[in-house]
Amino acid sequence: MERCYINGMGCISGQNTFEGDFLENPIDYSKTNIIHVVKPDYKAFIPPAAIRRMSSGVKNSIVASTLAMDEAQVKELDGIITGTGMGCIQDSEKFLDKLIGFNEQYLTPTSFIQSTHNTVGGQIALKLRCTAYNFTYVNTGGSFQSALLDGLIQVKNEGKNNILVGGIDEIAEYTHKLYQAIGHIKEDGEADYNILENRSKGSVAGEGAVFFVLSNEKKESTSAEVVDTHIINNLKVNGVNGFIGDFLQHNNTKLEEIDAVILGNNGDIDFDLYYDEAEKLFESSKILYYKHLFGDFMTAPSVSVWLASNMLKKQQIPNILYKIDKTRSSKPLRNVLIYNQYRGKNHSLILMKNV
Amino acid sequence: MKERIAITGMGIVSAIGMNAEENLLSLKGSKHGISKIKHIDTTLKDNILVGEIKKTNQELEEILGLSSPNNFSRSSMFGAIAAKEAILDAGIETKENTSIGFINSTTVGGMDMVERFYDNFLEKEEYQHYIEVHDAGSNTDLISEYLGINGFVTTISTACSSAANAIMLGARMIESGRLDQVVVGGMDGLCKFTINGFNTLMILSDTFNQPFDENRKGLNLGEGAAYLILESEKSYKKRNKKPLAYLGGYANANDAFHQTASSEQGDGAFLAMKNAFEVAGMKPEDIDYINAHGTATPNNDLSEGRAMVNIFEGKVPQFSSTKPFTGHTLAAAASVEAVYSIFALRENLLFPSLNFKENMKEFDLTPQLILEEKEISAVLSNSFGFGGNCSSLIFVK
Repeated sequence: MERCYINGMGCISGQNTFEGDFLENPIDYSKTNIIHVVKPDYKAFIPPAAIRRMSSGVKNSIVASTLAMDEAQVKELDGIITGTGMGCIQDSEKFLDKLIGFNEQYLTPTSFIQSTHNTVGGQIALKLRCTAYNFTYVNTGGSFQSALLDGLIQVKNEGKNNILVGGIDEIAEYTHKLYQAIGHIKEDGEADYNILENRSKGSVAGEGAVFFVLSNEKKESTSAEVVDTHIINNLKVNGVNGFIGDFLQHNNTKLEEIDAVILGNNGDIDFDLYYDEAEKLFESSKILYYKHLFGDFMTAPSVSVWLASNMLKKQQIPNILYKIDKTRSSKPLRNVLIYNQYRGKNHSLILMKNV
Repeated sequence: MKERIAITGMGIVSAIGMNAEENLLSLKGSKHGISKIKHIDTTLKDNILVGEIKKTNQELEEILGLSSPNNFSRSSMFGAIAAKEAILDAGIETKENTSIGFINSTTVGGMDMVERFYDNFLEKEEYQHYIEVHDAGSNTDLISEYLGINGFVTTISTACSSAANAIMLGARMIESGRLDQVVVGGMDGLCKFTINGFNTLMILSDTFNQPFDENRKGLNLGEGAAYLILESEKSYKKRNKKPLAYLGGYANANDAFHQTASSEQGDGAFLAMKNAFEVAGMKPEDIDYINAHGTATPNNDLSEGRAMVNIFEGKVPQFSSTKPFTGHTLAAAASVEAVYSIFALRENLLFPSLNFKENMKEFDLTPQLILEEKEISAVLSNSFGFGGNCSSLIFVK
């Protein structure tokens, strides 16, 4: 069985993550319940006519995937695998607005075509003229992890190399309001949105496009190894210990060998209990969180993989990621575990290792 | 392939039947399910024909024994009915079974409910429970809960090839040792979003669809769901289950030509078939029957036909498209047709391509026109979709 390395990354997010900056000057979002991406210079990556036509998720994906492939120095891929929770929701909204607003009149195909979930995968394939394997996962909070798992199987078990894996979600105005109406997104007007201090209903909304090139060859640009990932759809809070324990055992890794754990805390009073439970397990690991900087969205775990890769490569953890403000072991970072769940569903673990 | 992937159960709902038995009877009797729309309130209802399932949402709720209110979309009700049949057929347990997974696929998710209440959502709290099932994965989750599957669950959306990719992933999950049993397939209910979307592309037919016919006018949309149970050799042998058939090979490729149209020579389709033969360790001449994608759009049938002519070097085996029976069920199409492919193997039957009159002028291909009994040991099933997604599956005895 081969090993699976991350050889290139591109991250468009609520922070300045696309130019090699590793949270040196983090943007403070503690007073907002919605975090949009910091827009990159699209013109450097996409022809002007296409920029106008594409939704932000597609544009961000083109930029992030280009960055990832450039860093990995690959031009050809054995696969393009994307994950997206809501798909191209901006175009879905556009089409729905007309469909409902004008009673099925005056519709044009553009937004329908662009609303399909596999638009990003198709667009990247078109741009690269890449006829290889092309998959799109749409499994709520497990969309990106499904894509990652698929890529991992390709590289480790199926002899494939240079698989592009990405997670994409975009904020769309009306859908955002709808999810806020049902309490998935925090209400407007809370005094602050400090997700550790003040838990309340819902999460701070975010968006992003994060891409990786997975490969079986270690090279200079390699940042980390993805050892394994596991997803299950349902878990009770008291099942968290067993879920994590079984996964680590399966990967011959002891709890105390985990140097850092990245948790998906999003300040949701109904579901952060899972992370409380997970945190108790790790007595000597550094406990980190990140959604205060990026918001939460269905494919937010893609950001945590980007963070873990950077941490492992640079052997450095930005202060702003510490959930527990105490210095635990000062050993070099070797193993990083990521745990995420989405509203009590789509529980996932990702184990990463330094190279 | 590292091990043989067995198919030990299947379930289906489509315009020609609410279970496998009914579907087979309709296929044998050349009884199609295409008609005018009855259950969806669209201004296009007099302009198009569809493969609609003749049940109201309330009737579907009753079949499933769902209490009201619930979050089920039309698609997920189809999904739950078909997946349940597949699980019963395979005789497997879902509860306390951690080695069973569920890989679903859909293009619409909960869109039918979202479009119905879209304008009123913010004012009418009583409809708001449908908001959280807009996304595809939440619909899969509802079905998982209904079936009692608590383990590896995911959802794929690659347009009209979705279910083929779900089947392919299921096989790969078993081969990599991550699952022993997995429910795989797809579901899609009709909704205004899809109907109008395809209408803007001007590929909907106002008459009965005619795959591979010179005068074909486009597709009839359909709705439905179908699932297979894939099982590892170790697993079905342990419980002495006789497989219905095996998944011999599979492949996925991208046409990389256009966001919605297929390339003129069907490059992606050719590649998908070629790679599927490689995975199966088979040659084109081993195929006895092709269940073609055959949507009856001018574009698809031309590029698929050319790809078939090329890959089979002119000696194309007997083939048909079963979409004149069911309409194009989008994400479900490949699993609906997988079930039909398994019927073909099990019953040694070739199903006809209905409505065909005249060969296309670009090549000399005539689909199977009558129901025919014949020894069949391998079936190729094609599914292609927007975004250039092309998938081929090979089923063997």
